[in-house]
Amino acid sequence: MNIVVCVKYVPDATADRSFDSSDSTVDREGVDGLLSELDEYAVEQALLAAEDGDGEVTVLTVGPADAADAVRKALQMGADKGVHVEDDDIAGSDAVATSLILAKALGTLEYDLVFFGMSSTDGTMGVVPTMVAERLGLPAVTYGSEITVDGSTVTVRRDGDVATETITATAPAVVSVTDQSGEPRYPSFKGIMAAKKKPVEDLTLSDLGIDASEVGLGAAWTKVLSFAPRPPRSAGEIVTDEGDGGTKLAEFLASKKFV
Amino acid sequence: MAYSTLSPEHEAFRKVVRDFAQAEVAPRVAQWDRDHHFPVDLVAKMGELGLFGLTAPEEYGGSGGDFTSLCVAIEELGRVDQSIGITLEAAVGLGINPILTFGNDAQKAQWLPDLVAGQALAGFGLTEPGAGSDAGATATKAVLADGEWVVDGAKQFITNSGSSITSVVTVTARTGVRDGGRPEISTIMIPSGTPGFVAEAAYDKLGWHISDTHPLSFTGCRVPEENLLGERGRGYAQFLATLDDGRIAIAALAVGCIEACLDLAREYALDRQTFGGPIGRKQGVAFQIADLAVAARAARALTYEAAAMKDAGVGGQELKQAASIAKLYATEQAVTATRIATQVFGGYGFMEEYPVARFYRDAKILEIGEGTSEVQRMLIARGLGLPVE
Ligand SMILES: Cc1cc2nc3c(=O)[nH]c(=O)nc-3n(C[C@H](O)[C@H](O)[C@H](O)COP(=O)(O)OP(=O)(O)OC[C@H]3O[C@@H](n4cnc5c(N)ncnc54)[C@H](O)[C@@H]3O)c2cc1C
Ligand SMILES: Cc1cc2nc3c(=O)[nH]c(=O)nc-3n(C[C@H](O)[C@H](O)[C@H](O)COP(=O)(O)OP(=O)(O)OC[C@H]3O[C@@H](n4cnc5c(N)ncnc54)[C@H](O)[C@@H]3O)c2cc1C
Repeated sequence: MNIVVCVKYVPDATADRSFDSSDSTVDREGVDGLLSELDEYAVEQALLAAEDGDGEVTVLTVGPADAADAVRKALQMGADKGVHVEDDDIAGSDAVATSLILAKALGTLEYDLVFFGMSSTDGTMGVVPTMVAERLGLPAVTYGSEITVDGSTVTVRRDGDVATETITATAPAVVSVTDQSGEPRYPSFKGIMAAKKKPVEDLTLSDLGIDASEVGLGAAWTKVLSFAPRPPRSAGEIVTDEGDGGTKLAEFLASKKFV
Repeated sequence: MAYSTLSPEHEAFRKVVRDFAQAEVAPRVAQWDRDHHFPVDLVAKMGELGLFGLTAPEEYGGSGGDFTSLCVAIEELGRVDQSIGITLEAAVGLGINPILTFGNDAQKAQWLPDLVAGQALAGFGLTEPGAGSDAGATATKAVLADGEWVVDGAKQFITNSGSSITSVVTVTARTGVRDGGRPEISTIMIPSGTPGFVAEAAYDKLGWHISDTHPLSFTGCRVPEENLLGERGRGYAQFLATLDDGRIAIAALAVGCIEACLDLAREYALDRQTFGGPIGRKQGVAFQIADLAVAARAARALTYEAAAMKDAGVGGQELKQAASIAKLYATEQAVTATRIATQVFGGYGFMEEYPVARFYRDAKILEIGEGTSEVQRMLIARGLGLPVE
């Protein structure tokens, strides 16, 4: 079973993030980046699924030079090799363009399953997995909270608000994984040292036969028109109990539409 | 990434251990400390992460890594909690290393896999009621009779020796008398549960509440002759050989303590308001925190220089001197750092609710264990060729 995991390099969600005022894209200069934490779950599931077989786990990312860190992290966790698509013309790409690049890159790889996170932690659109599946004509089983691979069949449990569905698909297929699927492993020191020697292939748009005009800010179907930082949190309100504390609390919660 | 003299791999590993400590240790450590609880489940997770096997060969489940990586792990755990840091330090330095260095193949195969996996712990009993700094004064005796060692005596302050997963303790004992009357000292492995071996009730300690420390007693305790670790009569020399590593590792633990004090004090000084502004705007506070940054950096430099020497295969007097210098400086600075940090916290620093109070209690032992500050000064002075007795 060969599995490709698509991972995104994102600005650290715990840092102060902002947009670049010149073109309304995410400011990637100011903050440290990392492998999207939600994508670590996809890496974990891919590693588990590949564990007993003799297949390989390949980690694939589209992103700037620093995105090599995300590939490396997945290799440290145990993936076998990496593919990094990097090209200046990719900057500003939207989900549509990202899915095109991923689909073309997947075309150069051998895979039975393609794993994705449920959503990136920066763009958070949650659409790339299905867009890639559409482009490749593959079945997509998304938001899997439990993933079982048996032969060429993948079975996924999806937990919805009112029902739990169990879905199976036959490889080749696209699978996206939630953060309920099981805690991702920490890389061991052995894994970190081993990752140094694992191969990473660097690809450009021309390697994939993609014309620069199909991707990037110019080709984006969506555009960020304006942005503003969220207003700072206001100070809490202290309710003093003068016998009517319960009523006041209820009124406060009602005024904020919590009850 | 910030500049580092360590390799990118060591820094990546530091990040992993830091995340691990934040996720697995930080949320639970205050409660464990209050309850004097030794977290066997955490030890197992540390084992899964490969921390106990960092310097062990792959055939026993280790990573075949270097000593620097172990120091990084101890530092990062120690930055969140010193007891957890010493649990790792002692498990590797005193538990695994003597078996790895002096054990025969059968002994290694029997004990190492579980120790490396974090499924078991081993203690090393050198100190006795009447033999601490003067470790050669060991009074515990082992007599060979009918193919068995019969051990009688007592050990004092032995780390990881009485936990529910302690599988074995290695002890030094007199096994005879040399020509000239000096005692012959050997090292013997005593499995937990051997009749006559009792790990007495845990100590009520000033700090390191989470760490497992017991007095041990041996009364007619019999183990097979094969439980001799290394060569008969080489016990004291073997123990001396493991000391340099231990000192560097304790220095790494102290570096973690200083860094914790720096982080906590800096954050508090920015936050705490007096006389209409944060206390950190006052030089009296800010300059002390500046000193903490200097101490952290200097202690770290000495520690990782010594670790790099060890990894580069430097041995003998040169390594001993570097290890003692790092241990002495880092541990004394750690004690100073906890005093400064609690002072910055004012009355809150004296409250158990705040981690600085725990660090304050935990730091003192750093100046005592694995060779007191006085012993380090004595060794360093001797290393300089001074005729210190
Ligand atoms: C507010 C906003 C601002 C944006 N600013 C920028 C910007 O400054 N620069 C810019 O280039 N784009 C920007 N984008 C576009 C956004 O980064 C793309 O939409 C993104 O590449 C894919 O969408 P997503 O992050 O929402 O992915 P999702 O659809 O949420 O991702 C789902 C999964 O797809 C996979 N995946 C997603 N992206 C990649 C990737 N690049 N490589 C490999 N796998 C991937 C991961 O497995 C991920 O878990 C912005 C989007 C929004 C909504
Ligand atoms: C929590 C804890 C865990 C420990 N874990 C272990 C363990 O796992 N295994 C183990 O074997 N031991 C362990 N020890 C023991 C520790 O190593 C000893 O306590 C330490 O070496 C000091 O010995 P001592 O307590 O007998 O003090 P002493 O040797 O009696 O020293 C008393 C004082 O005299 C000073 N002094 C002694 N000799 C000299 C000298 N020649 N010149 C100048 N000053 C001198 C010392 O510096 C000290 O200030 C542990 C101790 C503690 C508290």
